[in-house]
Amino acid sequence: MKKKITFLLNSETRSIEVESGDILLDVLRDKLGIKTPKIGCDMGDCGSCTVMLDGKTVKSCLVLALEVEGQEVTTLEGLMKDGMTPLQQTFHDFNSFQCGFCTPGMVLSATELINKNPKPNRKEIQEALSGNLCRCTGYIPIIEAVEDLIGKGKGEGKEKG
Amino acid sequence: MTNYKYIGKSAARVDGIAKISGAARFVDDLDFGPNLLFAAIVESSVAHAIIEKIDASEAEKMVGVVKVVTGKDFPYRFGLYMHDRYILAQDRVRFVGEQVAAVIARDPKTAKKAAKLVDVKYKELSPILNIEEALKEKSVLIHPELKDYTHVPWFFPKANTNVAHLRKVRKGDTNKAFQEADFVFEDTYTVPRYAHCAIEVHGAIGLFDHSGRLTVWTASQSPHTQRHLFAEALAPLGLSHKDVRVITPYVGGGFGGKAGVSMEILGAALATAVKGNPVKILWSRAQEFYNTYQRQGLTAKIKLSCKKDGTITAIQNNLFWDAGAYVEYGANVVNAAGLSATGPYRIPNIEINSYCIYTNLPPGGPYRGFGYSEFLFGLESQINEAAKKIKMDPVEFRKKNAIRSGDKLSYGASMNQSGLAEAIEKAAEAIEWGKDEKSNDPQKAIGKGFSLFWKAPAMPPNASSTAFLKFNEDASLNILVSGMEIGQGYQTVMAQIAAEVLTVPPEKIRIENPDTDRNPYEWQTVASHVTWGCGNAVKRAAEDAREQIFDLIERALDKDRDSLFLKDEMVMSKKEPGFKLPLKNFVIAGIGKDDGTFRGGPIVGRGMFMPEFASALSDPETSQGGKPNVHYTVGASAIKIEIDKETGKIKIPKVVLAVDVGKALNPDLIKGQVTGGLLQGIATVLYEDMRFDEKGKLLNPNFADYKIPTAMDIPDEIVSILVEVPQPDGPFGARGVGEHTMIPAAPIIANAVEDALGIRIKSMPITAEKIVLELKKQGLFEQTKEEYIDNK
Ligand code: FES
Ligand code: FES
Repeated sequence: MKKKITFLLNSETRSIEVESGDILLDVLRDKLGIKTPKIGCDMGDCGSCTVMLDGKTVKSCLVLALEVEGQEVTTLEGLMKDGMTPLQQTFHDFNSFQCGFCTPGMVLSATELINKNPKPNRKEIQEALSGNLCRCTGYIPIIEAVEDLIGKGKGEGKEKG
Repeated sequence: MTNYKYIGKSAARVDGIAKISGAARFVDDLDFGPNLLFAAIVESSVAHAIIEKIDASEAEKMVGVVKVVTGKDFPYRFGLYMHDRYILAQDRVRFVGEQVAAVIARDPKTAKKAAKLVDVKYKELSPILNIEEALKEKSVLIHPELKDYTHVPWFFPKANTNVAHLRKVRKGDTNKAFQEADFVFEDTYTVPRYAHCAIEVHGAIGLFDHSGRLTVWTASQSPHTQRHLFAEALAPLGLSHKDVRVITPYVGGGFGGKAGVSMEILGAALATAVKGNPVKILWSRAQEFYNTYQRQGLTAKIKLSCKKDGTITAIQNNLFWDAGAYVEYGANVVNAAGLSATGPYRIPNIEINSYCIYTNLPPGGPYRGFGYSEFLFGLESQINEAAKKIKMDPVEFRKKNAIRSGDKLSYGASMNQSGLAEAIEKAAEAIEWGKDEKSNDPQKAIGKGFSLFWKAPAMPPNASSTAFLKFNEDASLNILVSGMEIGQGYQTVMAQIAAEVLTVPPEKIRIENPDTDRNPYEWQTVASHVTWGCGNAVKRAAEDAREQIFDLIERALDKDRDSLFLKDEMVMSKKEPGFKLPLKNFVIAGIGKDDGTFRGGPIVGRGMFMPEFASALSDPETSQGGKPNVHYTVGASAIKIEIDKETGKIKIPKVVLAVDVGKALNPDLIKGQVTGGLLQGIATVLYEDMRFDEKGKLLNPNFADYKIPTAMDIPDEIVSILVEVPQPDGPFGARGVGEHTMIPAAPIIANAVEDALGIRIKSMPITAEKIVLELKKQGLFEQTKEEYIDNK
């Protein structure tokens, strides 16, 4: 059964028809052309499909499109509205990515963390990122980037030329 | 030391902004319009059977189903090193999950539903699920036609058996050495299968248009090899290489899993069945586990002898590989491991047998480390045991026997120059080897482990790389190569190499992902060889462009050619300090003369590299005579662990990896390889493990049951030490390092567990449960418990 939903997508009101069983991840990628949430497992285990729902990260492969009615969905595309955020810049400086497939989800989870808790300790950073799998980096450069951003880092990885 | 401007610097990644901003497109992100079709696979439910009948009539009736194809539509064998695979199963299935038929439909849901309606009747054969069964005299043959298969000349299949290849290495006289030795140590070590678990799954989109052109978009480490294999497999349809085009956008992790051709052949073949329509096939996470490649299982029986003074005199290493249902790629893992199964040691008497054994488990294949991680677990465990038994310090023992430059390798060629001794020294120092450490908590035991490692790229002797380099009007560059940026930072390093030669900064260089129509040939991005092989090609392309520039300046401006040099994007002359001609003035436009004519024109550099000294031909009985490996990258690794004696849980306060990279072209990127590779390796030791049921079905094809590390599971400290003894034929002296960082993980941990608790675990993974069981078996568990209670 088709149903019309209206929601904010990266600060723009969008209305779209969806089937009752449609998954948010598929609707974003296939119907709305939003490609930064990635399909890594389709089962809620990897976090590569992470998006923000009213400022809270969710795994969009586990969310029905119908559920976002009236809410605000933010993806990396939305975060980038005014260019790269300081967090993204720090990720860049610290090589906090290799293949880049987990990166959109990782950036959103890290963003949520520092929005909620501006001075997390290492353990809190690790916990906040533990729902996002990365097979390439060994996580350390990601954790160190967050630490640097909040002023707890060793100041490595800056100013590459 | 040469003063480089860009080489050896941690230049920012050229793919950084694309990936951090989300602009990077992966294969599943590409759009193909409303005409795109989707395929779903009918998979074998049994491990070994004859297919009696396939009935697709119900599926074909479904609205939205376009076509159902089966093995009959593609009766072709294909493969990388041995043609033993089929696009879709023919008369037999050989593992649970094998592709039997494909349903092509208008949308993925319909395709999946219809695939369930295809009825396949099987006559089951007894499945062979382990090497013991496979090697029995009267074992069922998994590939009865093995003797007819096409394969590379360095494979030796055993007809009418399940042994697809046997690599034998013989040197000296092991029997005599064992008889004469002061000590002989013998043991068996086992390693299970593992999954790559790149976060991006495999996917392919094929389009066979009405002009006869086949384009396939894939997530791949090997665009040109894929083109070649697609063209070869589908040649009966009248395709030639020029008609086949493979386009590979960014790849979301490879680790060997996206090398060669696995499921991508379906994208190519199915496209030919629905001419004019693009058709997409995307693996699920479960399929990713059971129908791509898996790391092969290994049982290693090792015998090692030494003198009282610690000199190793002989090794016998029998490697039995559970290679799975198809070995077109995996047999070369077996081959490479066999040639190098002495590890980085000088051993005068050698007997190695490396058996590639068919089983009814999913196909084995390349996985970061290419067999070396697997054999190193047993070998370096055994080395440690030997040292301990003769009461010698394990690091001293290794130093004494470590291979040196110029030593003869097991197959007779000479060892390349290396900084192994320096790596051992530095790793030992960083872990404070010899310093006895005790935990303040009586329930915890601290142990340290050490291991050497080595690996050579395993590639055909004629594996080559090519590069085109194009100048633009502003003297920025586009470089066309076909290596893959799989996360390792390849594109950045290629930019740095060209930058160094041409003095154009890396930010002014763009390196795009390959399209085989436009980008020149590259064998594959595997074997940790692209920095070396493709790096040489890019360097030559840049030098070619530079020579063209000097030729032109000499010809058009009458300058002394030998005095010319490049600096800061300008041509200058040693003879004429005032002469400074910016590259941008002429690299496209040419140089204007007084009469209004021009000289020169667009500068395009071309570079190629093939290791012309390599040869895979040798005596099949001994492996003597060839030069199958271009060089080895070597190193040493050490770890400190803390084990909870009650739970068996291991914590890692510190791990060290010292590796001789020849020349660190971009130290930060190598550090990234060390961190990521070590964690990937550590996970294979501590918890990753594939489990199959008694019928050969994989029980844990998902991240909930096959755990890979999260941000919570990292060691407290990782130290990477880069040793630089140059590789004479490497670009600026560099050699590869991507795989090596995960290879020593198993033995360092196994040796540290032994150091901490006195128990030797001989099967991977070394789980907490296994440690507790072993402690119990030896009566050590109760003892530690009492100690614990006493101390409380
Ligand atoms: S795709 Fe959603 S968690 Fe993996
Ligand atoms: S960068 Fe590859 S998965 Fe994280």
